[in-house]
Amino acid sequence: MIPAAFDYHRADTLDDALKLLKKYGDEAKVLSGGMSLLPMLKLRLASFAHLVDINRVPGLDYIKEEKGTLRIGAMTRQAALERSDLIRTQYPILADAVPLIADPLVRNRGTIGGNVANGDPGNDQPAIMLALGATFVARGSKERSIPASQFYKGLYSTALAPGEILTEIRIPAPPPKSGGAYAKLKRKTGDFAVAAAAVQLTLGKNGAIERAGIGLTNAGLTPVEAVDAAKYLVGKMPDEKTIAEAAKMAAAKSSPSADRRGSVEYKKEMARVLTARALRKAVQRAGGN
Amino acid sequence: MSEPRTDAKICGMGHSMKRKEDPRFIRGQGRYIDDFTLPGMLYMDIVRSPHAHARIKKINTARALKIPGVLAVIDGPTLAKYNLHWMPTISADTQMVLPIDEVMYQAQEVCAVIATERYIAADGVDAVEVEYEPLPVMVDPHKSLAPGAPVLRKDKEGKKDNLAFHWQAGDKADAERALAASDVVISENVYLPRIHVASMETCGCIADFDTAQGKLTVYMTTQAPHAVRTVFALVAGHVGLSEEKIRIVSPDIGGGFGGKVPVYPGYVIAVAASVVIGKPIKWIEDRMENLQADSFARDYHMKVELGAKRDGTMTSLKIKTVADHGYANASANPSKFPTGLFSICTGSYDLKHAFCEVDAAYTHKPPGGVAYRCSFRVTEAVHAIERATDALAQKLNMDPAELRMKNFIKPEQFPYKSVLGWEYDSGNYGVALKKAMDIIGYDALRREQAEKRKKGDLMGIGISSFTEIVGAGPSRDFDILGIKMFDSAEIRVHPTGKAIARFGTKSQGQGHETTYAQIVAEELGIPAAHVQVEEGDTDTAPYGLGTYASRSTPTSGAACALAARKIRDKAKKIAAHLLEVSEQDLDWEPGKFFVKGAPQMAKTIQECAFAAYTNHPQGMEAGLEAVHYYDPPNLTFPFGSYICVVDIDRGTGDVKVRRFVAVDDCGNIINPMIVEGQIHGGLTQGIGPALYEEISYDDEGNISGGSFLDYYVPTALETPHWETDKTTTPSPHHPFGAKGVGESATVGAPPAIANAVVRKSASGRIRVATAMTTTMRTIERPAGEPV
Amino acid sequence: MAKHKISVTINGAAREAEVESRLLLVHLIREVFRMTGTHVGCDTSHCGACTVVLDGNPVKSCTVLAVQADGAKITTVEGLEQGGKLHPVQEGFTEKHGLQCGFCTPGMLMTTSALLERNKNPSEQQIREAISGNLCRCTGYVNIVKAVQYAAEKMR
Repeated sequence: MIPAAFDYHRADTLDDALKLLKKYGDEAKVLSGGMSLLPMLKLRLASFAHLVDINRVPGLDYIKEEKGTLRIGAMTRQAALERSDLIRTQYPILADAVPLIADPLVRNRGTIGGNVANGDPGNDQPAIMLALGATFVARGSKERSIPASQFYKGLYSTALAPGEILTEIRIPAPPPKSGGAYAKLKRKTGDFAVAAAAVQLTLGKNGAIERAGIGLTNAGLTPVEAVDAAKYLVGKMPDEKTIAEAAKMAAAKSSPSADRRGSVEYKKEMARVLTARALRKAVQRAGGN
Repeated sequence: MSEPRTDAKICGMGHSMKRKEDPRFIRGQGRYIDDFTLPGMLYMDIVRSPHAHARIKKINTARALKIPGVLAVIDGPTLAKYNLHWMPTISADTQMVLPIDEVMYQAQEVCAVIATERYIAADGVDAVEVEYEPLPVMVDPHKSLAPGAPVLRKDKEGKKDNLAFHWQAGDKADAERALAASDVVISENVYLPRIHVASMETCGCIADFDTAQGKLTVYMTTQAPHAVRTVFALVAGHVGLSEEKIRIVSPDIGGGFGGKVPVYPGYVIAVAASVVIGKPIKWIEDRMENLQADSFARDYHMKVELGAKRDGTMTSLKIKTVADHGYANASANPSKFPTGLFSICTGSYDLKHAFCEVDAAYTHKPPGGVAYRCSFRVTEAVHAIERATDALAQKLNMDPAELRMKNFIKPEQFPYKSVLGWEYDSGNYGVALKKAMDIIGYDALRREQAEKRKKGDLMGIGISSFTEIVGAGPSRDFDILGIKMFDSAEIRVHPTGKAIARFGTKSQGQGHETTYAQIVAEELGIPAAHVQVEEGDTDTAPYGLGTYASRSTPTSGAACALAARKIRDKAKKIAAHLLEVSEQDLDWEPGKFFVKGAPQMAKTIQECAFAAYTNHPQGMEAGLEAVHYYDPPNLTFPFGSYICVVDIDRGTGDVKVRRFVAVDDCGNIINPMIVEGQIHGGLTQGIGPALYEEISYDDEGNISGGSFLDYYVPTALETPHWETDKTTTPSPHHPFGAKGVGESATVGAPPAIANAVVRKSASGRIRVATAMTTTMRTIERPAGEPV
Repeated sequence: MAKHKISVTINGAAREAEVESRLLLVHLIREVFRMTGTHVGCDTSHCGACTVVLDGNPVKSCTVLAVQADGAKITTVEGLEQGGKLHPVQEGFTEKHGLQCGFCTPGMLMTTSALLERNKNPSEQQIREAISGNLCRCTGYVNIVKAVQYAAEKMR
């Protein structure tokens, strides 16, 4: 499996990269970790005349909390997230997910920016971003912020314009009494999810749910945000009945397709089961029951 | 045999000698096919059909040929000029090398691009434009066999249906009478899906035709180099390739498991290209080609009926199978056994009445029916009887272990003649099952399971007590394309007492360089470290049928011992000559002959070897070497009992193997470390098909499971920590009491897992939908319940 | 298409090459540098037979461009043995029968040698997780785990 010929360009600065993207327009593609792009090129399922490599662009690789916001540079490798104390202690929803992405060797190269930006509904982190209410920072001729909820347009299609590069992911630091969880079912290590659910919620003083976000992986052509289910939860006590109803509502939003991982019916049922499990765990982590 | 007879210096049988292969492999110095580069070598890449059935309207090569470095495109009509566009399969069916007008499966070879570099060949493939007219596709073997189905193999004159063959064993009327007279009869539909060996190395070759000498050398990934040479001579004799001018070299092989037995079209095209172009041609499959076009295994739809008396005594077995062979029967089976050794399906049980039959269907899928680490359809047979046994236990409300114990062939019944015609050489089944039950703590697990069930938790315990049949085989019954299934060994002892041994088999990771050396060490007392083992080069090795179906130790291993004994007999004459005593006065202990009653009067094997070249008796031929072609009197019948415990997620149906205990009996063991390794690997290739691996097709014949994206090979995280143990029941007819072991675990493990996972509930629904794999899972609970 | 001049340090030796943009790192190693210990086992970045250590991290060299390795330090299986002394993982794989056909072995050795750099005393579960991007079809993994434990012991 050999990729079709292309020209490789190494960007040494972000401006370099942006210039190259501008120059080559539609014919150019950003190369970050390459863990999705290079296999696609090798299988000749995609081809680009120009690859713009941003691996050496400085200042895109960081994990830091500032002024109530978690900021993750787009070139941050999955392995770095996996080893981050901040993520492990403060963002269990990400800590749940990262070790379940592909395999350790892939995580040594693969980046969070690539995971959220390539528009594959099978990737795990988009659903998590939806649950967390994250914002993506893109740089083109100017910098702009795109809420995750408005980012995913279709299969491999996102709000990123040609000539734009995703540079940063911003996640609101969860207030006290928050909890998050990612529940994923996969056929085996290295496979995409049969179904997976990301849940992030915050409990109020009386123990009722104050804010909730739910995202589903591999549940349609784009990552799915279960808005109705999340809305339904707000103001309710997180008891079994509420969780069951929200899970049902979330699963109703999934429209998976049948493949080797299961039938449509099975996958929808899994979306329900996993949403319920993620909800229970999130509640527990938030200090509820 | 429990304690080794030889010391660690000699390292004969029973020593866990470290492998002689390892020093090169751990340094990255193995030499696999893609590691070779010959001067002037060109690369070949193959254009494959996206359709499962289509007419080729036009192949446009102009754009490809314009690419600098693309030298040629070879298509069916090119090969037809040399009458090389069709070839025989190893089951004496025929298959296309390259098509003239019609493709019959997705990923079928359409034409081949020859280029100066690998990357350019790939570009060439991309640039070839093929116009197809899609034709109706037949994917269901049952529909294919139905009356009135369109005939797939129109190339076969007079062929009016899609039956590749029908085969049966046993007395149908008798088996049916006995079933009708049974107190209980269970009926199970068991489907073993299409799977693929997926060895880590794909297939490939370098075909090198030396125009000056008229000699063809093919370096290739083959488990059976000698047979391939003969096949090439038979197929290409008419274009001047004669067997003495063909050399097949099988280098280090990165796993075979049966997938490297057949001759694939790619090899033949590369050979044709090299002959025509006069340069070495390298062809290396990629993984998708490997999974999508190479021979598959299994794909057996079995209906199993098992009858019993109310007390659990099994009375009669009947199995009807529809086998999906794809568009050609390319099974690697002995000629007289088109469905292999499937009639071992009475298993470990003393069944007096049995009948089995197989209808093999043509469909628009890749040709095949090779093994997947299985001795000729034994996996299918074992799965059928072991699943049926569990279903019977459930119906009778008996413990499945107890039911097995009740029906086992008893030790005193061996050699045991089965109702379907096999003579089981030896066995002691109850001891193995008891041992497995003790190790795993069977009774406690059953109690835990009962508690869990009360709470609604799903915990499964599965047993499989299998009987294998390996070591094909006796020449009266076993041949492939007419060549009898003996195998060979040639040993030469050098003057300084070191030796070289060559064999007709070919290791693909089994460790032959070590184990054969240990057999020589055992028989001659020459340290195994001093025995060089070689296989795979047809110019040097003695003729043999190769390594598959767990046959190397039963055949070439036996040949090795017997060749060594010939050498020992001669060495004894030399020792008598050197010691000036009569042969009858000599005794042997590993490594030396000594005079009875005077052990200080001795000659070592090394001294005898030296004398064989420097001081041999008058009238005796000089030298110390021997060849043996071993024709086994019977097959060997290894067996074992496996018990597996699984926990099933009630919410998702996800199966976790908590524990797996394997007690194997393969008779006397050459190298315990290697045998354990074979069992570990076999078990993993048992859990794979049972829980993860499957290839399937949609109605248009599009493959699913055709890359590692969705052909689910288990990783270290899916694979449990295997627990192994053994019993030892030597084969009474094998020269050193061994039985083959390479495939036992792959044969025995899947039904243990299936028996742990699948259980008919009172409502008749099945907990996990497909019996063999759980790829498409359903869960036995109302959808929507809180889990 | 322009070619790129790159220089890498492979197994301690500085090497230069002129490469096409699309040349995969694994082919740079195997076909340009003719070090054939690193293998190719699939097309989809699943098998790990091509694993090499790139600037300290084990990666799948079939999914990295050669040109991306410009200036990098690469270790392949050929570089594990130092001054005639085997790396403990190499010893462990032999001692514990952690290999059969040998095809996945170089990748396994690279992954596990890198693991032991990071974690001196990995548990069985940690070893299994570390090698979960490397497929082995022969051993059933149990003896690979033992081989790594042997090496860890040896390195302490």
